[in-house]
Amino acid sequence: MALYSEKVMDHFRNPRNVGVIEDADGVGEVGNAKCGDIMKMYLKIEDDVIRDVKFETFGCGSAIASSSMATELIKGKPVSEAMQLTNKAVAEALDGLPAHKLHCSVLAEEAIRAALDDYKKKQG
Amino acid sequence: MKIYADYAATAPMRRAAIDAMVSAMENQYGNASSLYAIGQSAKEALEQARGEIASVIGASAKEITFTSGGSEADNQAIRSAALLGKKAGKMHIISTAFEHHAVLHTLKKLEREGFSVTLLPVHENGIVRAEEVAAAIREDTCLVTVMYANNEIGTIQPIREIGAVCRSRGVLFHTDAVQAVGHLPISVADENIDLLSASAHKFGGPKGIGFLYARKGVRLESLIEGGAQERGKRAGTENVPAIVSMAAALKESASSIGKTAPHQLAMRDRLIAGLREIPHCALNGDASQRLPGNVNFCFEGIEGESLLLLLDDRGISASSGSACTSGALEPSHVLLAIGRKHDVAHGSLRLTIAPDITPEEVDYLIQSVKEVVEYLRGFSPMWRDRISGKAEFIL
Repeated sequence: MALYSEKVMDHFRNPRNVGVIEDADGVGEVGNAKCGDIMKMYLKIEDDVIRDVKFETFGCGSAIASSSMATELIKGKPVSEAMQLTNKAVAEALDGLPAHKLHCSVLAEEAIRAALDDYKKKQG
Repeated sequence: MKIYADYAATAPMRRAAIDAMVSAMENQYGNASSLYAIGQSAKEALEQARGEIASVIGASAKEITFTSGGSEADNQAIRSAALLGKKAGKMHIISTAFEHHAVLHTLKKLEREGFSVTLLPVHENGIVRAEEVAAAIREDTCLVTVMYANNEIGTIQPIREIGAVCRSRGVLFHTDAVQAVGHLPISVADENIDLLSASAHKFGGPKGIGFLYARKGVRLESLIEGGAQERGKRAGTENVPAIVSMAAALKESASSIGKTAPHQLAMRDRLIAGLREIPHCALNGDASQRLPGNVNFCFEGIEGESLLLLLDDRGISASSGSACTSGALEPSHVLLAIGRKHDVAHGSLRLTIAPDITPEEVDYLIQSVKEVVEYLRGFSPMWRDRISGKAEFIL
């Protein structure tokens, strides 16, 4: 299907890091059911490094692919670096998204940020 | 397995329609307005097609005007009736909340031009009530426009009853019959229809051609100015190959309704019964008053576009009323009109099946949808919230 790049379709068909972390150090959920997109990110953090990340997404193909790519981009990275993740980086890593789907990459950025904020709050 | 299950979007062309089109391209290439033999041969083919189409819906040839398709026919029908109304000082139009956008957007424009529009509810079952049409008619009502069958949920409207109401109250009645012509038996005379729109590619004809029936005495307003084609109601050299092809497709589809409908109905109901086994789903639209090929469900906890993409991977072509499939922000206005909440309207699936679909193909559809829905629910936070009791199920 030419609607999406091969990269998007690959991450949509075989999403990386799908699931839940029961004892997560940070959890972030963004979006809402009314708009048709919900993303939830779970982070396991040790020594300020993201050791594990999992996601759950209710949404379209590009929402699922954006979640998957975002988790890949931050896994193993220091928290300070993960904080710098932008929606542009997510979209570029997916070889681009259709214009009306760019909000999916924004949502992925916001979900990561929300999970990191939750982690920092828990840290005090 | 490859299954095309999007017949309501467009149908593959019938062999008879392709043959008729090619033959007309080769033989009736003349301009139907030219006086020499080649032109007159095109004219003859054109008029024969007009007669054949008219007879399928119980009209006379002069009452058929060819258009570029259903949207143009809807625009022209509504504009014409509105103009007639305006001249008589009647500027109120009645329609329903779940019409096609060709109707709704035309009505929106007319509202900006000073008309008032009443959109009737279509209730949970997706059917407008004739008595509510009757109650909505005012002194200044010039037109009632209600679709014959809905394009998304396939529900068939009480056209005969509405037609009777309109005729007795002296109000023009238009029906967008794009999904019904060639699929249901229609008689414009018996059903008191004044204006009817149809599109060829929904019954196995080519795209880009359709027709508007206007009862004798209902004056049409031309949308396209130019030559005197279509008795001055639609300028532009007639697309004879497409028109001839449309007639061939309509003759064949209308004459096969009796033969194919029972099988298609049985396959539709088999599909509905199979999909109903999926937990937390709902059939959209009345279960029996619906087109023989239409199945439309909402599945809680998933989103329609991802469902369609994964079905496509399995060789299944289908559609959804999800916002994401259209590029719009809102889910289908049809699903909202029958009272579906946004949360579940995003998770809709429309399967519109072939008249000759096999039971094996239906079972493959059921199995595929079951697996894909279960897979997507497996990592949906919305689904997790519901099964864990954090949120209430809607369906």
